[in-house]
Formats: sequence, structure tokens, C-alpha cells
Amino acid sequence: MNPPTFTATPHVLRKLRRERLAALVLSGMVLAMVLPLFAIVAYLVVKGAPLINWAFLVTNPTDGMRAGGIWSALVGTVYLVVIALLVAAPIGVLCAVYLNEYARESWLTRLINLAVVNLAGVPSIVHALFGLGAFVLFAGLGRSILAASLTLAIMTLPVIIASTKEALNAVPLSFREACWNVGASRWQTIWRVVLPNSISGILTGVILQVSRTAGETAPIMFTGAVFFKKVADGALFPYALTDQCMALSMHLYTVTTQVNNAPEALPYAIAVVLLGAVLLVNATAIIVRSYLRSRKKW
Amino acid sequence: MNPPPVRQARSALSLWGERAIEWIIRLCGISAVIFVFSIFLFVFLEGAPLIPDLNWIQVIFSPEWYPTSRSNVRYGVGAMIIGTLSVTGLAMLFAVPFGLGAAVFVSEFCGGRLKETLKVVIEMLAAIPSIVWGFIGLSVMNHLIQTWLPAPVGLNLFNAALLLALMSVPIIVSIGEDALKAVPDSYREAALALGATRWQTVYRVLLPAARNGLLAAVLLGVGRAIGETMAVLMATGHAVNIPTSLFDPIRTLTATIAAELGETAVGSPHYRMLFLIGLMLFSITFVVNLLADLAVRGVRRQ
Repeated sequence: MNPPTFTATPHVLRKLRRERLAALVLSGMVLAMVLPLFAIVAYLVVKGAPLINWAFLVTNPTDGMRAGGIWSALVGTVYLVVIALLVAAPIGVLCAVYLNEYARESWLTRLINLAVVNLAGVPSIVHALFGLGAFVLFAGLGRSILAASLTLAIMTLPVIIASTKEALNAVPLSFREACWNVGASRWQTIWRVVLPNSISGILTGVILQVSRTAGETAPIMFTGAVFFKKVADGALFPYALTDQCMALSMHLYTVTTQVNNAPEALPYAIAVVLLGAVLLVNATAIIVRSYLRSRKKW
Repeated sequence: MNPPPVRQARSALSLWGERAIEWIIRLCGISAVIFVFSIFLFVFLEGAPLIPDLNWIQVIFSPEWYPTSRSNVRYGVGAMIIGTLSVTGLAMLFAVPFGLGAAVFVSEFCGGRLKETLKVVIEMLAAIPSIVWGFIGLSVMNHLIQTWLPAPVGLNLFNAALLLALMSVPIIVSIGEDALKAVPDSYREAALALGATRWQTVYRVLLPAARNGLLAAVLLGVGRAIGETMAVLMATGHAVNIPTSLFDPIRTLTATIAAELGETAVGSPHYRMLFLIGLMLFSITFVVNLLADLAVRGVRRQ
């Protein structure tokens, strides 16, 4: 005997038509997001590529920033990012350790979590105001690399806390219990077991913040970044911590809005270098993350 | 018989070291609270001396912003509040349907490799710095809008709203996808067992079940759009103006601070007024984030 065959009723046909339509519309929405990304990146690269070469990277801007390269801005950005993360990473990681390993559920942890969420939502320009009021004026640092980095550090702190918490959370409780059972104290457990098992996740979170810090403009505009500062071509450590510095993001802003008759390709080239650096760092972090996830032992 | 004496395994130094480290950890633990509080405090203290001199009704509702006028200084931020609200609202009009649609697609309609790829692409979209968006608005979109649309100037409300939409979509997608992922699989299985298609499952089961999480996603997108500075500074046209059409130039609260803070003397009334605008922004985003947090909390309780 043949198995019974299904015949689609009009209702089922309508249902399936709607399903196909929904899939089509939704994938169109995704495309509408993804295509501009590729179109924009491609356009910037095409427009900026003629200017980009090794000499462009390692020489300084000349002729009122209409010619020359971007070395002083590039190094300035590296200074700001490195110092900001050197400050933010330890504080952020220890804060996450406190929230995940020490604190019990109480009004204090609720308050801290709320503060983390809100700190992440503070507009970057308000961070700039805070940096100006607290670091530049109140702490007397003046407009300097130090003041700008500290401002950036506070901005990245909540995201580092969140990603570290997630990494710590992924370490199974049984690891900790095993360690406690052989008589280790809480800190010994964290130092010998929890941190080594979550360090890759923590580092990925921090690296992802490199790109965010490098791209920020508003928080450094009034706390330490300047339009122009002369340094030696290709010098590796041209700035002191109390100096003001140039930064890539700020340089892009300056060249686009303040410098008249700069060559047309120049801002595109700066944008491509900034974007390239940011996306490269992010891609590295993402590749490392997926590699580590694939060989996870538990 | 007496038990054998317990030998002290760790030196006093190591014990004290551990105690010191635990105190440092506690201190770092409350650092976030300290920073949020001190941001409020410092911004408030820099702006506070001006508060008694202001007529607040006029400040909030008047569109007259003449902070450097010789004869009659007026600090009306009405036009900027409307500018911020209109650009955020328009951006959300684009970003919310597209963001939630993309979240649904990524979470429910594709799997495996495509899903991972899309998530990476969205992460990349989120990584583009706001200054680069601003530059795109100024160079690319400006040109496109002038060529293809009936707009006299390319730097306007519409331009900035499109940029803000592209900037806030990644947040909406990633938080929205988390919210959909948090719905138990048994809900989906129950719907499928009743013969529902994927789309029917989405709009009859998943969207209602993930309501709070999706609301939080939208609110966080709104928070991002309100606080965005460099992109709107470069793409809005930066004119103090109450917009009457899509293609009018506007000015936002954030851009005003960014553009004018560099030109004011520390301690002058204009400088203090900019800090008060910062205080407004801080309060607005604080409330928006608080609401988003409450929405997420609602999800957890379920």
C-alpha cells in the first residue's frame, strides 16, 4: 500500500508563502547593513590608496599638514592606546574578579553592576568634560598624554569589566571547588586556577578595546590631543607623558574640517590607515578567539 | 593523644600579601561606582556656579543660542534639544526595524557558518570609529544626497540620521540576538510541533517572549545615538535651527560641546554653560540606560 500523500491546503500554501517572504525580507535587511560596510570600505580604499606607502606612514606632516605623512599622529595614537589600556586593564580585570569571585549577591553588587552599565552609556563628549575637569584642571596634569589616556581608560573600563566577567564565568565551578578542597585560599584559587583558565578570553576582550580606544576623538580633543606637533621623522619615542600629542582620529578631523585645500586623497588615506588598523586589530582578536574556543578543554 | 601540631605552611608575609591583594580587589570592585559618581560630580561642579544666573524656562525652550554676543548673551538650547531628538528619532526609524530584523535573521533563519560570518561582520561594523563615519558623511553621503535627492545642502538631518542608524544597528543586533537566544528552545520546539513555520514561530512566540530584551536592545541603541558626537558634528551641518524638513541642517547637544569647548576660557559663563549641557546629556543617557537595565532585569526574572 502506498503511504498517504499530503496535499497542501490553501492555508498551508499561504503559510509557506509568508515564510519565504519573511526570509527574503529579513535577509534583505541584513544585506542593507552589510553592503554599505563593504561599499564604504572599498570606496575609501580606492580613493586613499594612491597616497599610502611606507614613506607616508613614517614621515611627519609638512606644509601646514597639506603634504608629508602621518608619523606623529600614528605614534601619538599608539601612546594613548597603550597607556590607557595599561591603566584600564588591571582595574577592569580586578573589578570583574571582585564581582565574579568575591562578592555575594547584595545591594552593593547590584549598585556596581548598575554603575558599570551606566558608565558604558556615558557619551564620549561627557567623558571629555570629565577629563578636562578632573585630570587637566583638578589634578593639574595639564593638557597632556597622561590626562588624555586616563580619560580614555575610564571610557574603556566598563567594557573590559563586562568581557572579563564573561571570561571568568566560563570557568567551571568544579575547577574552583577542586582547588578549595586541597586547601587553597580564595586568592590562590584565582591566581593559580581561575585566571590561567580565562586569560585568553580576558585578553581578547582587552584587544577588542584597542580598536575602540584608537578611534575615539571627542575624549582626547580637550585633554591632550593637538592639531599639530613637530617631532622627528620615524622617532620611536618622540613624546614625553606630559607632552601634548597628535592622534590619528584627531588628525583626520583636522585635515577634513580645518585645513583648506589639502590634496583630495589625503583625508581618505588617513581614514584608510585608521580603519585598517582598527579592523586588523579586531580581526586578530576574533581569529584568536575562535581558535581558542575550538580547542577548549571543557 | 594530642594531635600532631599543625605546621604553619605559609609565611606571615604571604598571608599579609594576600590580605592586601584582597583589599585592592575590593577597591577596584567599587571603582566603577566611584567613576560614575565623580563624572557627575566634576561635570556638575564646573557648571554649577552658573545655575543661579540662568532662567531655566528660557534655556530649555528658547532656540536662541548666542553665547558670545556682546550686548545680550542668550543660552537657549531648545533648538539643540529638538535637533538631538529629531536626529535620534529618525535614526531609530531606520535602525530599529533593520536591527531587529537582522537579529531575527541571524538568530533564527540562518545557522552554522553563515551565522558566525554575519556576527563577525556586524562586530566589524561596530568597530568603525565615529570620526570615520563623520568623514563618510562629510565626503561621500554629502555628495550622494546633493546629487540624488532634492536637498539644497548635503549636510543635514537625513545624512546624520543615516550615519547614526548604521552606527547603532550593531548594538541592536547583538543585544537583540542575545535576547532571542535567551528564549528556551522548548518554546521553539513546541511551536514547530504544532506545525508553525519559522516565521510564525518568530512573531507569535519568540518576539513576545523576548519582548523585554528587545526593548533593552532598542534603548541601548537610542543611548548610543544620543551620545554620539563626532559623526553628528561633521554631518548635521551644525546650524542652530529647528528642522522643518528632512533636509534641514540641525545641531545637537553633543556637537555643540565638541565645537565650542576649545574656544572658551576656563571658568567663563560660556564654558560653564557647556558643562551644564554635558550634565543634561549625562542625565538623559543615565535614564535611558537605567530603563534598559530594568528591561534586561525583567528578562532574567522570567
